[in-house]
Amino acid sequence: MSGPNTDYDPVEVTPLKADQVEAMREAALAAIAAAPDLDALKQVRIDHAGDRSPIALANREIGALPPQARKDAGQRIGQARGAINQALAARQVVLEAEHEERMLAEETVDVSLPTTRRRPGGRHPITLQSELIADLFVAMGYEVAEGPVVEAEWLNFDALNLGPDHPARTMQDTFWTEPADHHVVLRTQTSPVQARTMLTRKPPIYVVCPGRVFRTDEYDATHSPMFHQVEGLVVDEGITMAHLKGTLDHFASQLFGDGITTRFRPSYFPFTEPSAEVDVKCFVCRGVESDACRTCRGEGWIEWGGCGVVNPRVLVACGVDPEVYSGFAFGMGIDRSFMFRHNLEDLRPLFEGDVRFSSAFGTEI
Amino acid sequence: MKAPLSWILDHVDVPAGTTTEEITDRLTLTGLKLEAIESPGRDITGPLVVGRVLTMEPEPQKNGKTINWCTVDVGDANGTGEPQGIVCGAHNFEPGDLVVTVLPGGVLPGGFAIGARKTYGHLSAGMICSAAELGLGDDHDGIIVLPADAGAPGEDVRPLLGLDEETIEFEINPDRAYALSIRGIAREVLVSVEGASSFRDPVLRDTPPADDAGHPVVVEDAEGCPVFVARRVSGFDPTAPTPDFMVRRITAAGMRPISLAVDVTNYVMLETGRPIHGYDADKVRGAIVVRRARDGERLKTLDGTERSLDPGDLVVTDDSGIIGLGGVMGGETTEISDSTTSVLVEAAHWDAVSMFRTGRRHRITSEAGKRNERGVDPTVCEAAADRVVELLVEHGGGQADPGVTVVGTAPTMPVIEVPGDLAARVSGMSITEEQSIACLRAVGCDVAGSATLAVTPPPWRPDLTDAQDFSEEVIRLVGYDKVPSVLPTPPSGRGLTRSQQLRRRAGRTLAGEGFVEVVNFPFVGVADLDALGLTADDPRRDLLQLSNPLSAEAGFMTSTLLPGILRAAGRNVGHGTTDVAIFETGTVTLPRHSGPAAILPVDRRPTEEEFAALDAALPAQPLHLAVVAVGDAVAGGWWGEPRPVVWSDAVEAVRSVAAALGLEVTASSVELAPWHPGRCAELSVEGEVIGHAGEVHPTVCKAFGLPKRTVAAEVDLDLLIARSVHLRQAPSFSSYPVAKEDVALVVDASVPAADVESALREGAGELLESIRLFDVFTGDQVGEGKKSLAYALRFRAPDRTLKEGEAAAARDAAVALAAERTGAVQRA
Repeated sequence: MSGPNTDYDPVEVTPLKADQVEAMREAALAAIAAAPDLDALKQVRIDHAGDRSPIALANREIGALPPQARKDAGQRIGQARGAINQALAARQVVLEAEHEERMLAEETVDVSLPTTRRRPGGRHPITLQSELIADLFVAMGYEVAEGPVVEAEWLNFDALNLGPDHPARTMQDTFWTEPADHHVVLRTQTSPVQARTMLTRKPPIYVVCPGRVFRTDEYDATHSPMFHQVEGLVVDEGITMAHLKGTLDHFASQLFGDGITTRFRPSYFPFTEPSAEVDVKCFVCRGVESDACRTCRGEGWIEWGGCGVVNPRVLVACGVDPEVYSGFAFGMGIDRSFMFRHNLEDLRPLFEGDVRFSSAFGTEI
Repeated sequence: MKAPLSWILDHVDVPAGTTTEEITDRLTLTGLKLEAIESPGRDITGPLVVGRVLTMEPEPQKNGKTINWCTVDVGDANGTGEPQGIVCGAHNFEPGDLVVTVLPGGVLPGGFAIGARKTYGHLSAGMICSAAELGLGDDHDGIIVLPADAGAPGEDVRPLLGLDEETIEFEINPDRAYALSIRGIAREVLVSVEGASSFRDPVLRDTPPADDAGHPVVVEDAEGCPVFVARRVSGFDPTAPTPDFMVRRITAAGMRPISLAVDVTNYVMLETGRPIHGYDADKVRGAIVVRRARDGERLKTLDGTERSLDPGDLVVTDDSGIIGLGGVMGGETTEISDSTTSVLVEAAHWDAVSMFRTGRRHRITSEAGKRNERGVDPTVCEAAADRVVELLVEHGGGQADPGVTVVGTAPTMPVIEVPGDLAARVSGMSITEEQSIACLRAVGCDVAGSATLAVTPPPWRPDLTDAQDFSEEVIRLVGYDKVPSVLPTPPSGRGLTRSQQLRRRAGRTLAGEGFVEVVNFPFVGVADLDALGLTADDPRRDLLQLSNPLSAEAGFMTSTLLPGILRAAGRNVGHGTTDVAIFETGTVTLPRHSGPAAILPVDRRPTEEEFAALDAALPAQPLHLAVVAVGDAVAGGWWGEPRPVVWSDAVEAVRSVAAALGLEVTASSVELAPWHPGRCAELSVEGEVIGHAGEVHPTVCKAFGLPKRTVAAEVDLDLLIARSVHLRQAPSFSSYPVAKEDVALVVDASVPAADVESALREGAGELLESIRLFDVFTGDQVGEGKKSLAYALRFRAPDRTLKEGEAAAARDAAVALAAERTGAVQRA
C-alpha cells in the first residue's frame, strides 16, 4: 500500500462509500450516546475511534482511490471522525461530571458529629481584666509600672505618708515577714509602685500599675488575703482634681459603658489630700434608683475605689518638687470591678482554680 | 459611729420636713458616709400598745407548763374598749402591771403575724411581748413590764420603747475623729445640711473654776498628758438605774449598758467625744500621779488581763501602785462596782501617738482608745467632767464635791499659712479666696490675712496640719460633686514594655494549647514541700517566713508554684473533671538573706544608694510559670482512641511558650523532686537551665489527690523573657530541589536521642536543611538494651541543585559522626 493502486477498481472500495461512512458514524454516535459510564466510553472509543475501528480502517483505503476521488472520500471520513471525536469528548465531560457527583454523594458525612478533640484553654479572668484596664490607659498614653509584692515597709507605708504611728496603718491589716526588724511586708496596696515610679522616673509621669496585694483578711465570700488592685498615678505641672475626675469618668465609661460616670465623696488616705472615695454609676440600673437593682442594691452607685490629689509630703519623700508639680492617684480593686461587671457574688471561684470557671471567659473579656 | 438621730437633733436644728435621708445624703457628700439607718421598730407594723393586765389565771397544762389566761385593758385600741383575752406563757408580771401588747393584725420582726387563734382552750387575741420578740435584744426572761407611769392603756408603745428612734451609722475616716461624737456630727449637720442652724455645743457650759480642794493630781509627763481634770461625786446610790433614754442611746450607739456610773461616762464620751474614766474614789489611795511605766511593772486591766507594761505606756498611779493604763483602760483595783458610792471622774487629754502605740502593743481596742489615738479636742476636759458630774448627781442621787482639779493646759493650735488660691489650684474649680475663707470658718478655723491666709484650725481638728489639708475642707464644702471632669493630656506613651507583651504572649500561647489559667495564693507550709518530696538540702526549702500568717500550715511565701497548682489540679479531679490542663504565672519568693530594709527619712528623697539598698534587702521574686496536666490530652471519639497525657506534654508546653518567644529549649535527663526519677527533663535555653518538666512522681501524685501519670513543669519565665529574640531576621530559603534521606540508627537505650540528633546534625554539614526523628522503636529486632531511632533528613543547597550522590555522602558523614559519638549502628 505504499504506492497508488492504479489497478484497483475504485468502485470496489465499498467502505469509502458515502452510505457506509454515514453508517459508521451513526453506529459510533449511537454507541457513544449509549455508553453508561467512563469505562464503557473507553471501550466505545476503542471500538469506534481506535486504530482498529471501522472508520480508521476505511481511512486507510483512501490511498486506493484515484486522485480525483480521494478528496471527497477524505473529506467524508474526516468529517465523520470529527463528529465522533466531538461526541466522545462531550460524552466524556458528561460522564465525568456524573461520576464526580456520585463519588461526592458517596462521601457524604454527618457534619453534626462532635469535633472537639481538645478542650479549649483559657486565661484567668483577673488577668484579662487587668490587661483590659492596662490597655485602656495605654491607649491614653500611660505606661504600665510594676513593683515587687514582697516590699520594703518604707515604700509600702512611710514614703506614702503612713508613718509608723499613723492610725491608718491599722486600717490595713498587714502581713509582716521574719525577721521582723528587717521591715519587709507583703504590700497591702499597689501604692508602693507609685513611690517606686516617682523614684525612678522624671515627671511628667502617667502610669497605671495593676498587681497583687495582700491583707490579713480571713478568706470568705467577700474577703481574700490576696486580691488585685490597679493604681493610677499622674504627676505633671498643673494637675488638679478636675483631671482626676475626667480620667476616672473616662475609665468608668470605657469599662462599664457609655454614659457611666463617677461620683466623689470626701475620704481619707494618707497619700492623697484631698482624698475621695469614687463611686461609679450603676451600669445596670444606670443610676435610676430602683430598689430592685441587685448590683447597686438600689443606691444607684457602686463603691469603686479611692483617689485623690497626691499629698505633697509623698512628692517630697519621692524626690518630686511639690512647688513645680502636682499629681493625682487612684486605686481600684480589680477583683471587685470584675465581680460587679460580671455579676459574681462570691469571689472565691477566682482563687479555687476550677477550670470550669476560668475557661468560661476564654481569652478575652 | 452609730448616732441616734434624736441625739444629733438635740444639738442642731434642721428645717422642718427634712428627712433622715436628706440629712444622710448631704453628710455622705461632705465626708460622713452613711453605712446604715437603723430603727429597732422598722420591722414592726400594726397595733402595738400599752396594756394593763386586769386578771391573770394560771392554768397548768398536760405538758407540764403553766400558762396564764389574762385579760388586758388596751383602751380603745381594739375598737371595742372591752378587755382583750390573751394567753401568756411568762410569769414575771401581775395584775395591774402595764405591758406591751400587740393586737391581731400586728406583725413582729421576722414576719411574725399576730392573729386571734385558739390555743390552750382559749381564743387568744394578741400577744404580750418580750424584748426579744420586739427585736430589742436577747432577753428571753419574760415579758416587758413597763413603769407604772409609762402611759395609758391603748397608747402606742413605740415612742415609750424608742422603737421609732432612728440611728444613723456613719463610716468615720481617721481624719475625722471629731465625728466620733454627737458634737462632731451635729457640727457636720450644721455645715452640710442646707438651712441647718442653732448649733448647741454640748461642751459650751459654765464650769466651776479649778481650785486646790480637789483630788490631788501630779502629772510627771506633761507631753504625754497635757491636761488632767479630776472631779468627785459622793453619796452616790450604786443601785440607781440608768435612765431609759440613756440606755437606749448607749445601746443604739453600739455600747452595752453596765451601771449608771459607767453608763454616764460612756454617754458623755459619745456626746462630747472625750473619753472619761471613773474610779471608785474610795479605792484610790492618795494622790494620783501620771507618768510613764517602768520596766517590769504590771497591771491587771478591767478586762481581767494581766499586762506587762512598756516604758512607753502612760500610766495612772496612786499610793498603791498603777491603777490604770492612761487613756486606754482602767485597772481592776479601782474599778467601779455595785457598791461604789463615790466616783472619781477623770477627763484627761492624752498624747495620740502614745495612745496608738499602747493600744497596738497591748492589742487593746476600746471606745476610749479609738478616740484618744485619733485625737480628741483637748479643750473640753473640764466641760466633759462637769457634764458627768451633773448626770451622776441628777440620776444617781449623789452630790458634787466642791473641789475641782485641773492640771495643765490644752496645747494651742498652730497657725498655718495657706495660699488663698490653693483650693482653686488643687481642685481645678474657680473658688474665690472669700469662698475659701467662709468654708474654713464654717469648719471652725480662725482665718486672718489675704492672699496668704493665716489659718488656725479648731482644737478638735488635730488632723489639719498642712496647707493642703485645708484645701480639702474648702473643696468638700463647695462640693466634690462640683469638680469638673477634664481629661489631662499625657505625653505620647511607649505602650507596653517588651516584657509585659511577652508575658501576655506566654499566657495566650498556653491558652491556645488548651491550658486554663489559675491563680493560687502564694502561701506554703513545710508540709507542702515534704509532700513534693523535696530533699533536705533542696534550695526550694529556703522560704521567707510570715510573722502573722492566716494559718500555721501556710506560714511562708512559696518558692515554687507547684504545691498550689498541684492542689488546684487535685481539686478539679475531686470535682469530677478528669481531664485537666492548667497553668499559672506568679512570682515566687527566694530569700537573699540580705540586711534589713531601712526605714528611711521622708523629708527628702532617698539617695540612689539608699534606694538600691532597699531593693537589695528584698528577696528575689522571679516570675515563674507552671503547668499541670492530667487525664486525656486528646479526647477519644468517633475519630479514634483518646490520647492520654504523657510526660512529654509538660515539656511541649514549655517548648511552645519558648517558641512563642523565639527560643529553642533543649532537654536532658535529671532527677529532681517532685518528678518521676526517670521522667524528668531539665530544660535549658542557650545552655542556661530555665526549669524542669516531666511526669510527677507517683507518691507526689497521691499526696495531692492526683492520679498517676500527672505531668507538670515549672520554669522561670523571667529568664525566658530576658533571652527572647527581639528582632528576628527574615529567613531566606532555597528554591532548588530537596533531596531526602532516611536513616535508622540503633543505639544503647541509655543514649539520649538529643545527642544522636546533634551528632547527625553536625556530621551532615551545611547541606542539611532539616532533621526529624519520626520513629523510636525497641524490641527483639533491635536487641535487648537497644533502641532504634529513625530520622528523616532533608538536604538542599542554597544556590544549586545537589549532584548525584551528594546527599548520600552527607548522610553517610552524619551517620559516621553519630557512630563515633554515640555508638550508633545503622540498620540495614
